[in-house]
Amino acid sequence: MKVGTHLKPALLMVGLYLFLKFVMPLFTAPLPASLIMLYLMLTFSGIMIFMTLSGTSMESFLGPIFRFISGDGQDGTMKMARLAVLALFPLLVGWQTYTSTAPSTAPPAENRTVHPAPPGEFAAMSNPVPNTPENVMQGKGLYAAYCSPCHGLFDGKGPASRGFNPPPANFKDPTTIAMLQESYLFWRIKKGGVGLSVEGMPWKSAMPRWEFELKDEQIWKIILGEYDGAGQKPRTWE
Amino acid sequence: MRNHEASHGRDLGGLNAWGLSVAGLALLAGLLGLPVTGWAEEAAGASAQVSYRDFPQLGGSRNIIWVIAQIHLLLAGFVLGVPIFAWLCEIVGWKTGEKRYDKLAKEFTKLLTSSYATTALFGGILLFMLIGFYPKLMNYLTDIFFPSFVFYCVMFLLETATLYLYWYGWDAMQEGRAKVFHLFLGFLLNVFAFFIMVVPNSWATFQASPVVIAEGSSLARAWAATWNPTWWPVNIHRLIANVVLGGFICGAYAGVRYLSAKSAEEREHYDWMGYVGNFIGVFGMLPLPFAGYWLMREIYQYNQQMGITLMGGFLSWLFILQAMLIGVLFLGANYYFWMGITYRIPGAETKYKKPILAMLVILLLCLGVWMTPHSLVASLEEARKLGGTHHPLLGVFGVMSAKMTVANLMILVTFMSFIMYWRAGKEETATWAKLARAVMSGVLGVAAIVVIVLGVWGYFVPAIVRINYFSVAQVLIVLFVMLTITPLTALLLKSARTTTEMVWGRMPPRAGYALVLNAVMVILLMTLMGYARSSSRVHWHIYGVMRDSSEYAYSPALGYAAAFMSLNTFIFCMLVAFIFWVATMGDKAKAGHGAMSAMAGGSHELDERSGR
Repeated sequence: MKVGTHLKPALLMVGLYLFLKFVMPLFTAPLPASLIMLYLMLTFSGIMIFMTLSGTSMESFLGPIFRFISGDGQDGTMKMARLAVLALFPLLVGWQTYTSTAPSTAPPAENRTVHPAPPGEFAAMSNPVPNTPENVMQGKGLYAAYCSPCHGLFDGKGPASRGFNPPPANFKDPTTIAMLQESYLFWRIKKGGVGLSVEGMPWKSAMPRWEFELKDEQIWKIILGEYDGAGQKPRTWE
Repeated sequence: MRNHEASHGRDLGGLNAWGLSVAGLALLAGLLGLPVTGWAEEAAGASAQVSYRDFPQLGGSRNIIWVIAQIHLLLAGFVLGVPIFAWLCEIVGWKTGEKRYDKLAKEFTKLLTSSYATTALFGGILLFMLIGFYPKLMNYLTDIFFPSFVFYCVMFLLETATLYLYWYGWDAMQEGRAKVFHLFLGFLLNVFAFFIMVVPNSWATFQASPVVIAEGSSLARAWAATWNPTWWPVNIHRLIANVVLGGFICGAYAGVRYLSAKSAEEREHYDWMGYVGNFIGVFGMLPLPFAGYWLMREIYQYNQQMGITLMGGFLSWLFILQAMLIGVLFLGANYYFWMGITYRIPGAETKYKKPILAMLVILLLCLGVWMTPHSLVASLEEARKLGGTHHPLLGVFGVMSAKMTVANLMILVTFMSFIMYWRAGKEETATWAKLARAVMSGVLGVAAIVVIVLGVWGYFVPAIVRINYFSVAQVLIVLFVMLTITPLTALLLKSARTTTEMVWGRMPPRAGYALVLNAVMVILLMTLMGYARSSSRVHWHIYGVMRDSSEYAYSPALGYAAAFMSLNTFIFCMLVAFIFWVATMGDKAKAGHGAMSAMAGGSHELDERSGR
């Protein structure tokens, strides 16, 4: 039995876990447990695939494990170790069952959809305001007055942003407004957080419902200014 | 012996013919019922007021339709996919003179004939259920599509007649011009099958992206409704998916037969058949993501609400599940290829260990990206630390630019797996072999780099540039690699010396299980996407035209839907297993009891015989 056959995969799994759990947060936001679990599962699958590609590798990897569990020809320390594992395993299952079923005060995991589908009446709209330098300037002015306190210089880091969770959207991020059509933004600005559908968790958004403060034309101008300021282009089909 | 076989084939065929007749009658009765409902509406007016009927005892009309429609669609996918490669196998057998291809094609066709009646039967049941549960919707669809109903019936009759000739004439039309005519029948079978697929596709896609014209003849209205924006994308996507489904199901069939084989000959044959099934499945799977991408693009362009509901809204989680299933499929298909190298080519294990490890790592990295969602599942505490459910760094993996890039890379890796398998056990003797290998490596390396560069660049250009140019370029690059490396490899191998003969029938039992797993994954994928396609209409029977006003006008929760997907997959697998069992009962009886024990019983006889 070669120690490396089992040591390398074990080190890989532990190393990856430590990296994802403790090293990555040093550079960026921490990863949720669901994502760490996903990556570990993938790695485990990879190990199993590679180690069972041939009869030889399968025997060297799984053979000792099977023999250890079956207890063939064991005595002394190995026998005790086997008994310990066989005793600990049901306890582990019991602990897992207890922790997953015990009543808890923790809220359920959050599964908020960042970009839920817009209502039908907004889906087919197009911006009626021409994209001229003048309109863009006016849009930026309106943005500065109404949006920048939270969304800042289009990066989601306005002076008021620290008070919100989830934080205001970062328009410079290529996975936000660059993915969306202008009519989507019109809906979000006009109806605000309370206008979100259930999967968007309207109770989670502090975005004001600007239809009470702004005219439609002003909202369209803000959209022009927003895209221009963030250096992004809306999704179009032409 | 030959007479006995032919006679047995007739017996089975008789069973099919009987089943087909019943199914045909059921379908005909259903179709005849369509105008009747229209007349009743006109004459009495009372029945026209009925919009819905229900059958709550079996979980409600929607659930019944869900199960029946999905089973029918899966069966239809198999029945329409199998003739494509059965015919191709027959051509290969005819051109090369290798009888095993002809035998394989015949065996595929036998599975086809036994599944055909069941497919038609479920089609008939579906039609009755639809007419009963949704009379208003069916009246509307009949009003628009009646001309295509007639066309569909004609195609169905022609397909059935051709299938009879194709199957029953197999042994009689083996030589000379008769064989050519038989091949022509196979071609016709595929042509009619194609129309049988695209016509109902127009009804289903009309519901998602309707084109309604108020004026014109009934033919003009039907034609306009047929040519709706998502019709062709669905046609292409389903055509390819049917080949994939058919390939992997035949692979699974071969896997099961391999596991239960009791003689060396049987094991060799079903090992080879499993390889062909897996190859066909993989071959179809390579262009499938492109077709799916095109379909989603058309849906999004047709209606932003529908596009976001699918790609970013409440159905977006289905695409993470889809990534998981496709990932398992890619891994399963490659695993089977790699095991083929290790077991079928003695001595190849050490030689190919490193390239296999490299390919596995790339596949897993790509899969990790593909499976990373844009909106993460996080506890309240985690979400606070994250600042929402959108990770600032890994969030970039959640969008299409990343997904397209890794999908293309996975396709490239899988293609190279096949090339590696193809070249294994051979020594290239051509004088230009070194140059060819350098060219192939160069093409592959440059292609991979360009695909990644375009993927990253895609974040910094307007969405339309990424969709229309970058994604298309990525696809074309991958196609270019395939179209360059495949003929080059074929040329190289033409003069190559075989150093190690491929040995069939030595694969371990897990290879058989891998083939079954692949088939289950494809079926699960189809049930998953069936739910996605249907749910994307949300509360509309016909999007924006006819609203669903029944008590079921809500989208079922994802967990509930997942349970139904599993149920449908299970029912379909049981049904296919039963059909195949019936179809091959005679073969097993003829083969008798072999000398070896079946692998499925946990026997290690194979390992002992092969010295492993």
